[in-house]
Amino acid sequence: MPKKQIHLAAHFPGVNNTTVWSDPESGSQTDFASFVAFAQNAERGLFDFLFLAEGLRLREHQGRIHDLDVVGRPDTFTVLNAIAAVTTHLGLGGTINTTFNEPWELAKQFASLDHLSGGRAAWNLVTSSDAFTGENFRRGGFLEPAQRYDRAQQMLDAARELWLADGRPIDHHSAQFDIVGDFPIPPTPQGHPVLIQSGDSDQGREFGAKTADAIFSRHGSVEDGQAFYADLKGRMGAYGRRPEEITILPATTFALGDTEAEAQENGHRIRTAQVSPQTAIAFLEQVWGRDLSAYDPDGPLPDVDPDPGAQITRGRVRHEKDPLAVAQRWRELAEAKGGLSIRELIIETTAHQSFVGTPKEVARQMDDYVQADASDGFILIPHLTPGGLDEFVEKVVPELQDLGSYRTEYAGPTLRDHLGLARP
Amino acid sequence: MRTAHLAVEVSGFGRHPEAWRQAGVPREALLTPAHHIAVAQLAAQSGADFVALPDSFGAGSGLDAVAIAARVAPVVPGIGLVPTVTTTHTEPFHTSKAIATLDLVSSGRAGWEPAVSRTAGEAAQFGRKPAAEPAELWREAAETIEVVVALWDSWEDDAVIRDVATGRYVDRDKLHYVDFSGEFFSVKGPSITPRSPQAHPLIVLRAEPDSLAVAARWADVVRITAPDLSAAHAARERIRAAVTDAGRDPDAVAVLLDVEILLAADENAARRRFDELGELAEETLRVVGSPEAFVDVLAEGAVDGVTAIPLTLPGGLRVLADEVAPRLLAAGLRTPADPAATLRERFGLPRPANVLTGA
Ligand SMILES: Cc1cc2nc3c(=O)[nH]c(=O)nc-3n(C[C@H](O)[C@H](O)[C@H](O)COP(=O)(O)O)c2cc1C
Repeated sequence: MPKKQIHLAAHFPGVNNTTVWSDPESGSQTDFASFVAFAQNAERGLFDFLFLAEGLRLREHQGRIHDLDVVGRPDTFTVLNAIAAVTTHLGLGGTINTTFNEPWELAKQFASLDHLSGGRAAWNLVTSSDAFTGENFRRGGFLEPAQRYDRAQQMLDAARELWLADGRPIDHHSAQFDIVGDFPIPPTPQGHPVLIQSGDSDQGREFGAKTADAIFSRHGSVEDGQAFYADLKGRMGAYGRRPEEITILPATTFALGDTEAEAQENGHRIRTAQVSPQTAIAFLEQVWGRDLSAYDPDGPLPDVDPDPGAQITRGRVRHEKDPLAVAQRWRELAEAKGGLSIRELIIETTAHQSFVGTPKEVARQMDDYVQADASDGFILIPHLTPGGLDEFVEKVVPELQDLGSYRTEYAGPTLRDHLGLARP
Repeated sequence: MRTAHLAVEVSGFGRHPEAWRQAGVPREALLTPAHHIAVAQLAAQSGADFVALPDSFGAGSGLDAVAIAARVAPVVPGIGLVPTVTTTHTEPFHTSKAIATLDLVSSGRAGWEPAVSRTAGEAAQFGRKPAAEPAELWREAAETIEVVVALWDSWEDDAVIRDVATGRYVDRDKLHYVDFSGEFFSVKGPSITPRSPQAHPLIVLRAEPDSLAVAARWADVVRITAPDLSAAHAARERIRAAVTDAGRDPDAVAVLLDVEILLAADENAARRRFDELGELAEETLRVVGSPEAFVDVLAEGAVDGVTAIPLTLPGGLRVLADEVAPRLLAAGLRTPADPAATLRERFGLPRPANVLTGA
């Protein structure tokens, strides 16, 4: 039996503290030249697709714009269409919110991207519904979290009907949408764009199992990854789908070196740069829900408890559901590790790389991970823009190819070809 | 003699609804990037200041105009790209970042033609609100333009500081909430996209009965239609007066006349081609004739320039590039464009001050 193949996607480093903007090699996050360099390198590395995240409002921390991380990004559709002009095979994946868009317009935009790229478009459907983001839109913050996947599903149903209408008139009605008309764009080279899903709740996983071609997950460790993989693929049968119809891709970071020791050192250097003293305090404040600016980042954790109700950061997905439990866990960890400082603790808990080692070793780790069904591949998030994947493409990709787990050429021009997906 | 501006409008296989019969390729060619690149290249070779890419949510519309502009921008240098983005159903926040990003990927060659969606059919595709009267649609368009411009300015040019000592990537004092609240919507801001190369991409507006006040307040370029040059000249005077009344410098607003063109070696050849296509209602001044006949329209100087609308594409642009462009240069009606110039620079407009900071 041929070996299970690894899929790779390239996350253009965006708005988060992964990006080490303080590094002298860090270029612009927004100049088109950065996108060209990044995309062309990913295509040299035979990646399935380039991936863009999205946030529709600048994050705030303690009521003011968060100023410690990279911020600012171009419009997803516009930049992906431009990238289509400087690449030939690379898939173009955009995160587009289902709450603050309308099906007709979105279907037209994705159909245009798929036609103009020769069949390389993908849509990561996200559902964030918070009123904070809604303040930038006519819709406002009208959607309860419980309804957001209903709207996502109805949005997708409507978009799919438009994409596949092929001249037939549309008369579509759901709780969220009433759409009547003739969609002017014929079905695209891929039939319609590839669908990616990334929410992690029970509802999110059901939505993914039912609809997605690929999943962007956060489950990094082998055990965690295997559990998620089994859970998600296990849900597909209920929808008459086979496990291989979904490609599961966790967010992955890495650090390389010519020797194991050098890789560890590089990893440590990157982690330290990702968590500046100010970032360490801001992270802690997010969990504590309090102003902790009086605390020394190189000192011990605060002895006050978190305020469980308070949420002092807005505009970013909250991953910590129970602050008191987190604080408890962190205190124990700091003590177990011989009294970590605030900054050391934050580095320990938020900024570890998924894979560290020589290119050969990283390739082997990734291959083991995928062969163990902890995922089908990875969405790589490099710490530098735009050159953060250069060394990976140059050195790790050939090792993966040597292991027989990675393509040596694209099977065809469309993203569906790369993912082995049938036309809808 | 002052020089004239030249723009071209391209959509489908040309303005004439039967033009696709002459194109020699299937209609599906309009879905390919090759078609749009070829057309934009011809428009650039004709020396035009910008190519206008009409769009709507109406029947007969094609691919998204911003998408087309972005797709051609990296491979077709030296020409402005002005897609239409309508204001009636699209979120202003989305429009703002899309046009700013077009400016980014084209190194300062973006423009925006705001337009309204009048029909019940378009409204039914969105199902959010019924169709409205033009006066109301243009009030909404005015709000949209105001908030889009404010969002363009919601980042000062030097907001990104990358200050390692304090750990700050941006100076948040240089990011601004727009706090817009109007009759139709409210937008908090700031944009998620930094201020673009031109700061304010060129704003192009069509003169319609209900759009005059909006154009007077916001347009860098006003597109007019007129049956003849004297009517065009009168329209230009009206627009300049309205711009003056709005407290702006009328010399900073160019008035371009739409001119439908079907050009051939001589008038007889052009006429024959036109007859083959079939009768067509005249929407504005039309030149069916020789390259000289078109040059004569610009030489008249009734307006600040012309938007040439070929009845057939891409052939209509080939004549413009091969035959008309050299004649315009020779006559001193056009000067060779600096290929590195931004679209605003082509119109002699400065990079604007920031409306939110006044700095
Ligand atoms: C790995 C991952 C990446 C995500 N990326 C984005 C993003 O770029 N933009 C966004 O608005 N939401 C993003 N989300 C949020 C999800 O789409 C979803 O709205 C959120 O996780 C809440 O849904 P849930 O409760 O099902 O997880 C992401 C979620 C995950 C797990």
